[in-house]
Amino acid sequence: MQNTFQGYRRENGRVGVRNHVVILPVDDLSNAAAEAVANNVKGVLAIPHPYGRLQFGADLELHFRTLIGAGSNPNVAAVVVIGIEEQWTKRVVDGIAPTGKPVTGFGIELHGDHDTIMRASKAAREYLQRASEKQREPCAVKELWVSCKCGESDTTSGCGSNPTVGDAFDKLYAAGSTLVFGETTELTGGEQIVAARCRNDKVRTEFMGVFDRYQEVIDRHKTTDLMDSQPTKGNIAGGLTTIEEKALGNIQKIGKKCMIDGVLDKAETPTHPGLWFMDSSSAAAEMVTLCAAAGFVVHFFPTGQGNVIGNPILPVIKLCANPRTVRTMSEHVDVDVTGLLQREITMDQAGDKLLDMMFRTANGRLTAAEALGHREFVLTRLYESA
Amino acid sequence: MIHCVLHDPEDSVAVVVVEGVKAGQTLTGLILDEDRTITLSCIQDIPLGHKVALKDMKVGDTVIKYGVDIGKVVAPIKAGQHAHVHNIKTKRW
Repeated sequence: MQNTFQGYRRENGRVGVRNHVVILPVDDLSNAAAEAVANNVKGVLAIPHPYGRLQFGADLELHFRTLIGAGSNPNVAAVVVIGIEEQWTKRVVDGIAPTGKPVTGFGIELHGDHDTIMRASKAAREYLQRASEKQREPCAVKELWVSCKCGESDTTSGCGSNPTVGDAFDKLYAAGSTLVFGETTELTGGEQIVAARCRNDKVRTEFMGVFDRYQEVIDRHKTTDLMDSQPTKGNIAGGLTTIEEKALGNIQKIGKKCMIDGVLDKAETPTHPGLWFMDSSSAAAEMVTLCAAAGFVVHFFPTGQGNVIGNPILPVIKLCANPRTVRTMSEHVDVDVTGLLQREITMDQAGDKLLDMMFRTANGRLTAAEALGHREFVLTRLYESA
Repeated sequence: MIHCVLHDPEDSVAVVVVEGVKAGQTLTGLILDEDRTITLSCIQDIPLGHKVALKDMKVGDTVIKYGVDIGKVVAPIKAGQHAHVHNIKTKRW
């Protein structure tokens, strides 16, 4: 495996692989102004979302952590924050500011959309021109933070694309990279295998605490045995029968050698290299958004039946071992590992093929999802609004 | 050609990895963990990605894949038949 790539080194030392200037709405009401700024200033990226009003407690904390994390991500060069009022806008600005990157905020109240859009557009134009002069430089592979999450899984995910991620993760782990996996419910049936891979009893206790909590949530809200949701209709069409089978395929992504070094809350940033487990939903866009907010800069997304997901700031590299999906949905597939199931390539070669695409993507190659304009930015909600 | 794959030699089901598998066909199965092949007879049409049973199983039996428990048998299954939601269910939830 090569040991360097061309990245953007940020003010705080973290390394990104994209150079976005983001227009970040604090709440649903500010989406229109954010999108108007992105229309005025060519090349900046608005990331609209439907939440941010009358949330409270842990749900509100998660909202802020996700927005601040997304703005702080090293794939982002600078941020213009727009909110309906000044105080929560300032809270997001103040949260991003410690990274040292350019960030400023605008409240709409007492100004209206027109004046806000004009002032925010001027700031966005200045940030964009400044960012456009930023150069890529050689960075060590251990500075690359890589996340994973699979979607529209089928049985080929468990035999092909997920273990390919596992092979790549084993190699990145040895190189000292920072890695994450999650999908708490989709470990059901394989939780003891994950627990056995935890670095020590402290991590194991934390992991089982998170896992058991999620099972309680399901028991509290379920109306049936969760058939139709886990596995999904798409999973079942693809041949997956039970949650246990899906989970055992899912955990192939953590490879055979790496140990789980720590447990993260949703959108929480790792504090040291290694493999982390993030407590998260298994819904693709939610989990990928949480990874972006935690600071990950490249994402591995194995799919079976053909998930089309992307993210505005985190490049999503899709890999697939299902020959029909690769044939019918080729524009969504970055790495074809169908050869694994015909014994044409080894797992070691499949992992290297994925890593080769990871380096090309980190160096600037657009993923299929980026080229197709997939920018799913989906905030996780914990409970109803006030 | 590899028609189906299993993870562990003890697995009671294998995954069909090609399109168009028909009843009466003899299948070549790849055991991924050991990189060797087996042959089996298929007695039902099985779609890509779906499972073929490798042995006879009765109601209440545990289905083994990846060398571990993936659920229970809820309708009798014969070797070579299609094994899916109509004859296997989760033990959870």
